[in-house]
Amino acid sequence: MLGYITKIRTISERLLKESRVDMVIGFRKGTVPMMNEPCIVKSPENVKELVWDSNCGINLANYLTNRKEKIAIIAKGCDSRNIVTHIIENKIKRDQMFIIGVPCKGMIDRHKIASMFEREIIEVVEEENKIIVRGNDSEKVFKKTEVLQENCAICVHRNPVIYDELVADLVEEQKDVDRYEDVRRIEAMQPEKKQDYFNNLLSACIRCYACRNACPLCYCPTCFVDESRPQWLGKSIDSVDIKTFHLLRAFHCAGRCTDCGACERACPMGINVRLFTKKLEKDCLELYGWEAGLSLKERPPLDTYRPDDPEDFIK
Amino acid sequence: MPDWEPKIVTFLCNWCSYEAADLAGISRLQYPSNIRVIRVPCTGRMSPKFILAAFGKGADGVWVSGCHPGECHYIAGNYYARRKFSLFKSLIEYMGIEPGRLHFSWISAAEGAKFAEVAIKVIKTVKDLGPSKYFIKKINDRAA
Ligand code: SF4
Ligand code: SF4
Ligand code: FES
Repeated sequence: MLGYITKIRTISERLLKESRVDMVIGFRKGTVPMMNEPCIVKSPENVKELVWDSNCGINLANYLTNRKEKIAIIAKGCDSRNIVTHIIENKIKRDQMFIIGVPCKGMIDRHKIASMFEREIIEVVEEENKIIVRGNDSEKVFKKTEVLQENCAICVHRNPVIYDELVADLVEEQKDVDRYEDVRRIEAMQPEKKQDYFNNLLSACIRCYACRNACPLCYCPTCFVDESRPQWLGKSIDSVDIKTFHLLRAFHCAGRCTDCGACERACPMGINVRLFTKKLEKDCLELYGWEAGLSLKERPPLDTYRPDDPEDFIK
Repeated sequence: MPDWEPKIVTFLCNWCSYEAADLAGISRLQYPSNIRVIRVPCTGRMSPKFILAAFGKGADGVWVSGCHPGECHYIAGNYYARRKFSLFKSLIEYMGIEPGRLHFSWISAAEGAKFAEVAIKVIKTVKDLGPSKYFIKKINDRAA
């Protein structure tokens, strides 16, 4: 994937020079290791800022919401699916965008790597399929596949589903992936076990809302967490408020979440918040045969219905 | 807790199940008094927030009832609601609430008898589960 940089810069430069777009949304190197940051490049001289490596896990579709300019955006598989979702939810128009497609081989898991070092990580260098991590007093070398973000390891849409130009040939999609092993394990538990499991999972949550902010789906003018009349959701870190927050956050993403992993990546406490959205993803697939962000023509599952939808749970 | 009685917050659609509750009353049909009825204009109006607020504030069970598919006063409110309910019920049970706490039904204005029947069933199921603990906020507004 490292070779993508030149191509990304060339395309971006051309688009800006020819005034095809007003800006390019991409990544630049972050100030701390494993955290590339989103950036907006507006002039051709600045395209050299743009980078691409395995630390581009943020979902760039988040920066498109309600924009009016002509925009080029760099999109890996999941970003492209969120772009599709944005288009069908009228958050951006297709013809406003030039989508620079990136066939993706996965991002690395910053939480996982950090947890293997006792002290601060100083530098992370990437060579094709190899990740070299330097800490204050030690150095470790990983195969990239060992330290992939979990959502990337089980990703079945690495290639962009929508694009105007690709930076490289499409990559082979992963086959025979079991996407829901963790969800099934929880489903099989007795209620009491589940309660312990989730109380425990969420006990570290500080309600910073980083998970919500990182998500391209969360763009309501007033988020339910901020509603005050009535105040549906208490502001405390009482475990019920926290559970309610996570339940509702996930529910709002039902049928829309692409499992891009941006929420989980953003969480400062390393909470696996995808466990909620994945459950909904699984249900949407099983009940309605739906996978988010694959088609511009179909309506998302909660915006449509079939007269014969399953209803065995209704008396 | 021998004389504990559950509280069940019940959301009824104005055009059908609410009328059915009326009819059950007029027909002198008997069912226990554990339900607290809140009238909604249509099941399509139901937000998961309502259900969570009920549980959070101390409901032992929640029951939502509306018009049969095809008979919604607003044509399709209940079809949309059905998808929301499916996913919501599945998610909240995945998170550990006991399967018998959240109920849904379709009851038309003419089905007073069905109303009483379902009420009895819902109340019994919730009662068997005992008081709800998992989704109730301990430090609630009143304590503050
Ligand atoms: S909920 Fe998380 S995984 Fe899903 S689209 Fe939003 S940021 Fe991505
Ligand atoms: S980012 Fe993490 S700590 Fe912050 S609200 Fe989300 S789950 Fe809680
Ligand atoms: S009017 Fe009764 S469910 Fe819509």
